[in-house]
Amino acid sequence: MILSVEELEFLYRNRKILHEIAFFIEEGEIVAILGPNGVGKTTLLKCLNKILRPKRGAVHLDGNNLFDLGTMEIARLIGYVPQRVETGRLTAFDAVLLGRRPHIKWDVTEKDLQIVDSVFKLLSMEKLRLAYIDEMSGGELQKVAIARSLVQEPKILLLDEPTSSLDMKNQVEILAIIRQIVLEHRIAAVMTMHDLNQALRYADRFIFLKGGRVHAQGGAEVITPKVIEEVYGLPVIIGEIAGMRCVVPGSPEVALAHNL
Amino acid sequence: MHFAKGAVPEDYLVYIRRKYFWIMGGILFLFIMLIYSISVGAVEVPPYKVMQTLSGQEPVTQLDKNIWNIIWNIRLPQALAAIVAGAGLSVAGVAMQSILRNPIASPFTLGISNAGAFGAAVSVVVLGTGKVQSTVADAVIINNPYLTTIVAFFFCLLATGIILVISSIRGASPEVMVLAGVALSSLFTAGTAFLQYFADDTQLAAVVFWTFGDVGRVNWPELEIMTGVVLLAVIFFIANCWNYNAIDAGDETAKGLGVNVERTRLVGMVIAALVSAVIVAFLGVIGFVGLVCPHMVRRVIGDDQRYLIPGSTLFGGILLLASDTAARLIISPYVLPVSILTAFMGAPVFIYLLLKGYKR
Repeated sequence: MILSVEELEFLYRNRKILHEIAFFIEEGEIVAILGPNGVGKTTLLKCLNKILRPKRGAVHLDGNNLFDLGTMEIARLIGYVPQRVETGRLTAFDAVLLGRRPHIKWDVTEKDLQIVDSVFKLLSMEKLRLAYIDEMSGGELQKVAIARSLVQEPKILLLDEPTSSLDMKNQVEILAIIRQIVLEHRIAAVMTMHDLNQALRYADRFIFLKGGRVHAQGGAEVITPKVIEEVYGLPVIIGEIAGMRCVVPGSPEVALAHNL
Repeated sequence: MHFAKGAVPEDYLVYIRRKYFWIMGGILFLFIMLIYSISVGAVEVPPYKVMQTLSGQEPVTQLDKNIWNIIWNIRLPQALAAIVAGAGLSVAGVAMQSILRNPIASPFTLGISNAGAFGAAVSVVVLGTGKVQSTVADAVIINNPYLTTIVAFFFCLLATGIILVISSIRGASPEVMVLAGVALSSLFTAGTAFLQYFADDTQLAAVVFWTFGDVGRVNWPELEIMTGVVLLAVIFFIANCWNYNAIDAGDETAKGLGVNVERTRLVGMVIAALVSAVIVAFLGVIGFVGLVCPHMVRRVIGDDQRYLIPGSTLFGGILLLASDTAARLIISPYVLPVSILTAFMGAPVFIYLLLKGYKR
């Protein structure tokens, strides 16, 4: 168990946003946090690396209590990719090099540059090395942000809707890369997502949030029309295409008519 | 997770080396500019003579003694004041632009120069420290410059303090800081206008004169204080360059990288405000350098704070020294305050750079 969350409670201006959140993550696992807009997915993610401070509860990371660790120590253990990244007149290489910040004492070392270079190779983006990030497309920029979190050499990756602004090809590409890295390097990833089908394909476990609480969690078996309707308030049909489970919006009558 | 099999890419090293060359070139240019600035003026001193005098050669003839005096007591302090003030304003500007996430942020965005001007007005009008002298070259003198400087500095600090209090109540967000600064600017401007309205001719002239920033006002002791403050600030900002790079990438990215964004923002702002306050209190209002010099450097060196901060420091010094040299020569033997010249010289260059776009 690499990360465990117990009885987490978060208040924003005395309003309870999250309560009684508890779950754990194993090495080599991708966990998807699902739920409607404004339910507190991003808030939960930010509680996991102390960007936000929960009112109550505990987060254990690799045996350490998160709240005993300094911000720099946490940054050496957890990489975070927010929904929005700012650009500037910076090369992709320098933008990714920034991810070494938690490890840099005075100046960049040869080792820092080598790590950045190997992550560029890992994500097959050598050609982008000296491209300026303010001239990049959304997909390229997202890759830079993910590369930045990887050079932190973290044990856990937190990704806030990593694919929300990407086209289908880039979505698949980026999720496949995350999948591969999580498995090969025995780290773990937690990501908030909107696309249930992408979640089904790439995540190992699922946490549904509703009203600031965990409504359901577990493996692919928790993704049922009942749970989804309870969480999102939308009837759905779950079927199979080419051996892959797919979720599409639709009423029970439609499902019946098509023998689903 | 560990990555092992990387190499340091050659093309990146070449790219970085180019930035070093720009900065090295800047240092060389600044040195040449300094010698030139000292050598020109009402009394021309050949550059080799400037070098001899600066390297500590004792004067022998009476002419040499005069030159020694001109260089050590007039031109060198003025040139160094220009370099130090330009560097300080520019480095404060580049830090403000990053901290406040706002391209038009400068040391004066927070109302510091207006607060200083108001302080000078209070000193002259209320405390009666101004009077008029009858020579044309230096029409107005302030008969108690120390008190004026201290009052101006006090109001600069007051402006900073108010913004800090507002920030601590509303959270240190860039929007709150910028808007509070704009509000304070207007408030102090109105206060200055109010005092000017009731001032007599002499006082009015003294207040207006004070606001024309002029690097000729300082002598060695003031220069030492200014240099110390600017130097410490530059060291501080360079030491924090990675934090500013992180903040430039977005607050959340920065927090994910372990940077205490609120504290970095607050401390950086206090340091930038202090530097500006010291410079404004000693020299008066010198606009433009802090706002535009960082942008000029961005166009050439890019937004990476590792090079942008030293680059802005350097080119701020160059810009103000060049402006001051021109201000001394342009209607010689009369000397213009440098603040009038900075915008005249800087604005066309800046507009040219804007039109040209980024250097690739």
